Amino acid sequence: MATLKRTVEVALGTSGIDRSGRAVRSPLTVTENGGVSTLEPPPPIEPQLEGEHMLINIGPQHPATHGVLRLVLELDGETVVRCIPHVGYLHCGFEKIGEYRQYNQIIPWTDREDYLNSIGNNVAFALGAERLFGIDVTPRCVVLRVIAMELSRIISHLVWLGTTCIDIGAFTPFLWSFEQRENVYKLLEDWVGARLTTSATRVGGMAADIPNGWMENLNFFIRNFPKTIDEVDRMLTRNAIWVGRTVGIGAMTGEEAVNYGLSGPMVRASGVAFDVRRDFPYLDYETYDFDVPVGSHGDVYDRYLVRVEELRQSVRILEQAAKRLPDGPVNIDDHRVILPPKSKAMSDMESMIHHFKQVMEGARPPLGESYVAVESPKGEKGYYMVSDGTGKPVRWRIRPPSFVNLSAISKMVEGHLLSDVIAINASIDIVMGEIDR
Amino acid sequence: MTELALLALQVTDPLRLPNLVPFMIFTVIKMITVFTVTLVGVALLTLAERKISAWIQDRHGPNRVGPGGLLQPAADGLKNIMKEETYPDAAYKPIFILAPMLAFIPALLTFAVIPFASPISTRWGRIDMVVADLPIGFLYILALTSLGVYGIVLAGWSSNNKYSLLGGLRSSAQMVSYEISMGLSTVAVLLVAGNVSLNEIIFQQATTVWNFFGLTIAFFIFLVAAFAETNRLPFDLPEAESELIAGYHTEYSAMKFSMFFIAEYSNMVTASALIATLFFGGWDIPFTLWDNQAPWTIWKTLATATAFSVKVLFFLFFYMWVRWTLPRFRYDQLMSLGWKFMLPVALVYVIVIAALLLWLDWLGIRPGAMWGAILGGVNVMLAAILFVMLDHGKLISPASSRAQADRLARLRAMGVRPALTPDSVH
Repeated sequence: MATLKRTVEVALGTSGIDRSGRAVRSPLTVTENGGVSTLEPPPPIEPQLEGEHMLINIGPQHPATHGVLRLVLELDGETVVRCIPHVGYLHCGFEKIGEYRQYNQIIPWTDREDYLNSIGNNVAFALGAERLFGIDVTPRCVVLRVIAMELSRIISHLVWLGTTCIDIGAFTPFLWSFEQRENVYKLLEDWVGARLTTSATRVGGMAADIPNGWMENLNFFIRNFPKTIDEVDRMLTRNAIWVGRTVGIGAMTGEEAVNYGLSGPMVRASGVAFDVRRDFPYLDYETYDFDVPVGSHGDVYDRYLVRVEELRQSVRILEQAAKRLPDGPVNIDDHRVILPPKSKAMSDMESMIHHFKQVMEGARPPLGESYVAVESPKGEKGYYMVSDGTGKPVRWRIRPPSFVNLSAISKMVEGHLLSDVIAINASIDIVMGEIDR
Repeated sequence: MTELALLALQVTDPLRLPNLVPFMIFTVIKMITVFTVTLVGVALLTLAERKISAWIQDRHGPNRVGPGGLLQPAADGLKNIMKEETYPDAAYKPIFILAPMLAFIPALLTFAVIPFASPISTRWGRIDMVVADLPIGFLYILALTSLGVYGIVLAGWSSNNKYSLLGGLRSSAQMVSYEISMGLSTVAVLLVAGNVSLNEIIFQQATTVWNFFGLTIAFFIFLVAAFAETNRLPFDLPEAESELIAGYHTEYSAMKFSMFFIAEYSNMVTASALIATLFFGGWDIPFTLWDNQAPWTIWKTLATATAFSVKVLFFLFFYMWVRWTLPRFRYDQLMSLGWKFMLPVALVYVIVIAALLLWLDWLGIRPGAMWGAILGGVNVMLAAILFVMLDHGKLISPASSRAQADRLARLRAMGVRPALTPDSVH
């Protein structure tokens, strides 16, 4: 029986260093029966100093881990020698549950995965399902969805800004940004009735049109929100301590960022101008006038600058969307996909059958698969779904930007101090609901 | 025995205090007053902190308990007393219990030598408005403030918790580093006053110029060091919430926990009082001299006590203002700020001031208006040099700390126990 099949390089369990000071990685072999045997033991290295490294858990219950992320850190003094992230404490099985739900029934689950971007997820999922169904939504719906996406980006970036400030020790910008976030939530509440779990979209339209007077409130918000951005900007951007805490911390070059598959503000801060809205437009984003902010050093400071600038750009997009919002219906006029109004369902035979079929079996897309990627606040968010022609997807999968971005955390934190781990972890902008799904 | 005899002689000195009994009575009254005012003040400070932070952050703050939330401290205190005292199994209990007291006591003891108003003339002689008018008042303060670190270090160590230990380590390093700059910055004050008695320092400032205008650089160094000594933002690393849960008091509960808070706020009061005394003329009312000379009346005492309170309250407000504005330093930045910037500046400053005073003495200029003007002029020059030289990038070096790849690999290999192998983690 041949034993040596392949050599696996294991980054963990490093047992020594070579002459040039680089870590020696012990090659492991995987045998047929599944056992692991070491080919050549690494040369024993004499420790040059007496000292024991301290293992410390940051999370899953810790004030600064943003959910239930667990980072196992090996510390030498306060220097991080190794960092191993553990995920899965919030695993809910969204994707599996989705296989037992009709398309419209999955939308509430999308609220709950990246819960800071819930309405954006709703839109993204609806886009994916509509590509599967092969339908186009109405012009009014497209603009409303752009407004929803950008409001959601503002919420998410505000939460990011506030929590990062807390992690670095500045408490006040947190409350300033949460005050504005509250204003966005009020807008959403007026629109769809819920603040966090919006479930705002349906395949082929929206759950509700905006109420009367909503655009005035939106315009009021658009006018006033930049003041808060300016205040936070004044408080932090040139603050010596803030700059000292963030510049050069967790730096990723553009090449590294791309190799790790980072997206969103993470990759843009590293100097790679990749924005799904611009490069693979959806919802007519190509017709909006906005800039894609790009950093140059890929450190925590650049990520901060990129996100703050994205807030301003979101306001710009909102202004344009508010101007061009057309009148007309929100939902498509196809009651095989979208529910007929209750009054019609009660009076018209055909509508009643559509209503019944949709409620009992769900709308049926044709056989096929679709993948739609949108620019979520965290990065490229993808929804992939496969239809076998029934009312439920046979497979539904999320491409979570936080998960991919988080994968680079070991690379970013090793060699930094304990305090920097917190700053770097905050700068990634993770939501565990999305990572563990 | 000689010291005791001397002390007895001093106490019974007919010019100063003809009678031991009134002296004892007045001392006890002063002690009780200072103790009560400080403790009630500390309680109200916790409310003030929350109100001021609310004001900065566009919200209301506590407003449910009592009028305007005024009884909130009482409610908090009651809650903390009623709560269960928990003791971690691994903690070393005697020190675990001792630590909150050790943190709390030095802060109150320091206040004993700070004069808080002008003296009163009574039929038993002049009563100084200070609990203990030690001739070596200032040295006493320096000695006691260094004791404050023990409470925190011992709390961190005895909790037997990694976060607490890191908090304790940070605080010991931080306090030891800033102690030196603090001491050196006050040497300039002592040189100018030519005395270590705090009352003398106040009289000197009242008759010439407040030390803030004469010794601005010393003031700034003292201010920064005072922030570091009291573990307040931007130097609150020992309890950095986002990094170390709660730092050294992670394992503490109920009243022991709130002792640390009382200690923190008492330290703030003491530090503010010291700043006011050393650099802002203590109880001196500015632009007048009537409050600094006899006859000493009760009205004068009340007026000067008010002046002192206003100054102290301003610095307490300043503490809170800074806390709710700035982010937190990183450990190595704190160290390099202390050792590489503040210590050299303080050292050079002492030399410059000593030379200046020697020169003034040689010219024959006695302490007075002219003397103060020269001191102020030189001070403006020195401050301009320092603050023009100061630059964001020079003060706090950003990325100096990341270990390079080779050093990291060496560190990994160095751990005696290979801590993180795939087996041990899962």
